[in-house]
Amino acid sequence: MENNIDLRDYNIGSLRELIASGKIKAVDVCRAARSRIELLPDLNAFITVTADAAISQAEAIDSIAARGEPLPPLAGTIIAIKDNMVLRGVRSTAGSRILRNYRPPYSATAVERLAASGAILIGKTNCDEFAMGSSNENSAYGPVKNPWDTGRVPGGSSGGSAVAVASGMAMAALGSDTGGSIRQPASHCGVVGLKPTYGRVSRYGLIAFGSSLDQIGPLARSVEDAARVLGVIAGRDPNDSTSSKIPAGDYLSAIERDVRGLRVGVPREYYGEGLDLEVREKVEAAIDKLKEEGAEIVEVSLPHTQYAVPVYYLVATAEASSNLARFDGVRYGFRAEEARTLGEMYSRTRDEGFGAEVKRRIMLGTYALSAGYYDAYYGKAQKVRSLIERDFRNAFASCDVIATPTAPTPAFKLGEKTADPLEMYLSDIYTITANLSGVPGLSIPCGLSSDGLPIGLQLIGRHFDEGTLLRAGHSLEMALGVDFRAGLGWSE
Amino acid sequence: MPIRKTDVEKIAELARLDLTAEETEAFTTQLGAILSYIDKLNELNTDEVPPMSHSTAADQDIEYTMRDDEVRPGLGQEVALENAPDGADGYFRVPKVIGG
Repeated sequence: MENNIDLRDYNIGSLRELIASGKIKAVDVCRAARSRIELLPDLNAFITVTADAAISQAEAIDSIAARGEPLPPLAGTIIAIKDNMVLRGVRSTAGSRILRNYRPPYSATAVERLAASGAILIGKTNCDEFAMGSSNENSAYGPVKNPWDTGRVPGGSSGGSAVAVASGMAMAALGSDTGGSIRQPASHCGVVGLKPTYGRVSRYGLIAFGSSLDQIGPLARSVEDAARVLGVIAGRDPNDSTSSKIPAGDYLSAIERDVRGLRVGVPREYYGEGLDLEVREKVEAAIDKLKEEGAEIVEVSLPHTQYAVPVYYLVATAEASSNLARFDGVRYGFRAEEARTLGEMYSRTRDEGFGAEVKRRIMLGTYALSAGYYDAYYGKAQKVRSLIERDFRNAFASCDVIATPTAPTPAFKLGEKTADPLEMYLSDIYTITANLSGVPGLSIPCGLSSDGLPIGLQLIGRHFDEGTLLRAGHSLEMALGVDFRAGLGWSE
Repeated sequence: MPIRKTDVEKIAELARLDLTAEETEAFTTQLGAILSYIDKLNELNTDEVPPMSHSTAADQDIEYTMRDDEVRPGLGQEVALENAPDGADGYFRVPKVIGG
């Protein structure tokens, strides 16, 4: 250990001030992050660590500070990037064998914006292959372990990003969320995770899974830090035609407001069968806190919730089967050896290059789109998707945010659900609806189970109303005041 | 709607996946279970419901999807080929196409 800096002692704002005043060097923070990654290799949070480049970036920040010039907004923030976002010249695998040697010739817009704002990019985090999974057990680079209990999964698919933040390897991370892949691992690892509104953050350079659902967002140790990262990555990008022209909000001002008068909707459909009792208790206790803080609690109904998982597994797999057609062994990535014909090369490359879950989803999506089944499956799913979106519009007529559990249980054990794909899919039951509707969702830690595992509460907001989500999340975080480092005793 | 092994073989061909016999067997069972669960959607009458393909305001505004047709710099041949498993003389090289 070169120094005793612990990244978890700082937030983005406080660290930036300390760097500006010369009390702490960005390069020392960066070294501390590297030491932490090296200390905890068994968590398997990173696929590629870019420590040398990160130290150069940190030195550049220190020289700006030494000259007394103003620092950019994320100066010195150590950030990890999920490996399904491309970074020029740095291996980007998306957790897949098929991209094991891929060095992209360009960078994702969200990543470029972070770098331009003074963030220090410490590396690429492990994830389920092509972001397909809820446990991070589908990575070709091995499973990620939950730092609260290494016999358990960190959640997925942004498991490495959640673990990096939870265990002090990075101050914040980017994840991607197609059906809960930011919020569910955030919940299982005791950190904050935000899936912004569809269109809020550019998807340029995000290796596509389900293009009508995918969204990049931050994982962080506090709502305030998540707000700071969102402020930098949000906004229109000419390279993503689905990115919105609605200007990014002033999220830092938004969180300063309390929740007096805010209407918090509680949908009864999210508190039924399958919900762990302890999760229910903690989430309900947190909602009571919001009430004590001055929010008004109203009952709402989202009646089509029970259809979200089947809709999702048709829409997302149909989109995935199209998106993943590009991996054919011709332009980049792995190619199977010694194929005699082009057709054989394609099908052997794809069979050897993709893992089981990715193949399963390609198969399901191909089936849902195939002649004779399109209307019965994909067409039907698109219609029910409209009903789910309509549920949210109706609910938001009588409330400003919706509060639910993020996941039905705390982190489950490694291997517990790998034999039954359907059971694994049900771990996304509370998060999928926000992707189908396009609305933003925020998971914040709200307590620990009797086994000492983190439990997350999800807040869902109106389209492009991240400000209100972050405001409610910040209020709750302050009111709960839990120290979420307690569970990391094993490594200290 | 149950799914048969022959269906799985047909889909694998469409998806360009050279599945092993074990994979075909496993997918027949697993996709069958997933599709039975998905059949739940047929509980709903959706005759009057419009399909939703996207969740963005973008598809209602042509300015989002259309930009001026201006020449912009691209990656260039050399960079575009850097990641190719096999390339020569500025081309991607593949096994023979005819008969494939």
